[in-house]
Amino acid sequence: MQEFLQQLVNGVSWGSIYALIALGYTMVYGVLQLINFAHGDVFMLGAFFGFYFSRWTKIAQEPTLFGFFATLLFAMAACALVGVIIERAAYKPLRERPRLTALITAIGVSLLLENGGQLLFGVDPKFFPSLISETRLYESANLVISNLPVIILVVSLALMLLLRFIVMKTTIGKAMRATAFNREAAALMGINTNNVISFTFLLGSALAGAGGILVALTYPKIDPLMGLLPGLKAFVAAVLGGIGNIPGAVLGGMILGVSETMVAGYISSTLRDAIAFALLVVILLVKPTGLLGSRVGEKV
Amino acid sequence: MTDNNFILEVKNLCVFYGGIQAVKDISFGIKKGEIITLIGATGAGKSTTLRAISGLLKPREGEILLEGRSLKNIPPYEVVKKGISHAPEGRKIFANLTVRENLELGAYLRRDKPAIGQDMERVFGLFPRLKERIKQNAGTLSGGEQQMLAIGRALMSAPKLLLLDEPSLGLAPLLVKAIFEVIKEINAKGVSIILVEQNAYQALKIAARGYVLETGKITMTVTAEDLVTNEELRKAYLGG
Repeated sequence: MQEFLQQLVNGVSWGSIYALIALGYTMVYGVLQLINFAHGDVFMLGAFFGFYFSRWTKIAQEPTLFGFFATLLFAMAACALVGVIIERAAYKPLRERPRLTALITAIGVSLLLENGGQLLFGVDPKFFPSLISETRLYESANLVISNLPVIILVVSLALMLLLRFIVMKTTIGKAMRATAFNREAAALMGINTNNVISFTFLLGSALAGAGGILVALTYPKIDPLMGLLPGLKAFVAAVLGGIGNIPGAVLGGMILGVSETMVAGYISSTLRDAIAFALLVVILLVKPTGLLGSRVGEKV
Repeated sequence: MTDNNFILEVKNLCVFYGGIQAVKDISFGIKKGEIITLIGATGAGKSTTLRAISGLLKPREGEILLEGRSLKNIPPYEVVKKGISHAPEGRKIFANLTVRENLELGAYLRRDKPAIGQDMERVFGLFPRLKERIKQNAGTLSGGEQQMLAIGRALMSAPKLLLLDEPSLGLAPLLVKAIFEVIKEINAKGVSIILVEQNAYQALKIAARGYVLETGKITMTVTAEDLVTNEELRKAYLGG
């Protein structure tokens, strides 16, 4: 039982990071019907932005909560900027082109960020400073809960609630939902849909940047290719929940995180990475629209 | 010289979809406070003309003048700001948003909150059914209610000129009558209206004149009286 709890805590915390990244995939898909394959690499950039920021500001020397939040905010802001630049430079010129063109471009942007990252940051892994000193919140014979997964979970949930507020309660959020539903009708309302699309990239990339920092807290070895697998898995999480569906992305991320840690804990850790893709195969066979997704008729 | 009485003038408009010319050199005008109607078969270029006016399509040639000023290269969201509101073909309401949110989006560019509230009340005055359904997702509305919402939403930008694309499509006859009554009421408040209709007879009854489109060209300008006096016309274009 205690071991199960242990796995559950880790799984939920890990799942909340998948959820953060999956939200970016699903929101961009919502407004553009584009799988932004560069999204996982923006997550990687988040970790590197945090790494350099905390070194330059000397935050890395001593773990403080303030230092952690400053680093988090910096990485989010920098990733938001990168996300908007990617959208304006790579995707916007292709707005009226077939969807496949943008999809291939997304793969190109992803390769650019990965190889550009290797050029800029070096191929060798770097060690992310421990911005938070690990303490044990609870300890018994078989169960140890440290503060890290709890902080990860709390920060992720706070960001998701903030996102929910923006999407559901603000004017720009309403414009996002309208644009996702029908871009042309949204334009007829006086919504500048190009700005809404950029704003969507801004939000998604900021969340990916936060994900990069949160992952680096637990797995401090960061390298320019670190976004590849988590990016792919977060994409699976988004499809699992129903691509384009915001609560679906959160649900998909959580399910993926928990199943991964359970499989690693009870069966074999070598199967950890396989479970995501097994889930993808199953969901595509059983319910291709995802758990919370609904079939949307082709727009005429 | 431009006649200042025209709220909108379309001059020698040519619009293409890819390589296909959908609108061929058409010209017409609407004066302030008028209702005019574009009638004709499916594919005659009626909706295309509206889409060019609201900026969704770029004309290949020709001019569209709003109160004497060209709308060339003005994107749709700017056209709304200039006072043209377009209730598009197929309603295109935001099914995943509530009725209230749909109406609020209609007023997206406006910042005058009290006036927006008044206009929303005005819409509810025209369509009391919408008020009953204010918190419902628009996707759960019936076809007629969705049409009411589409018109109401278009009114929320406080337009000078309203473009209505087939507001009676798919509605029961009684509802069609009600919708036309509302269109007259909106017009009486000073909003000029370009009405695209398949229901030519009904449309001509409330319009100052109608332009008959055939495969992208205006072939005739007609009034309601022509329907009575011109048997041939009635048979040829108005189905009876």
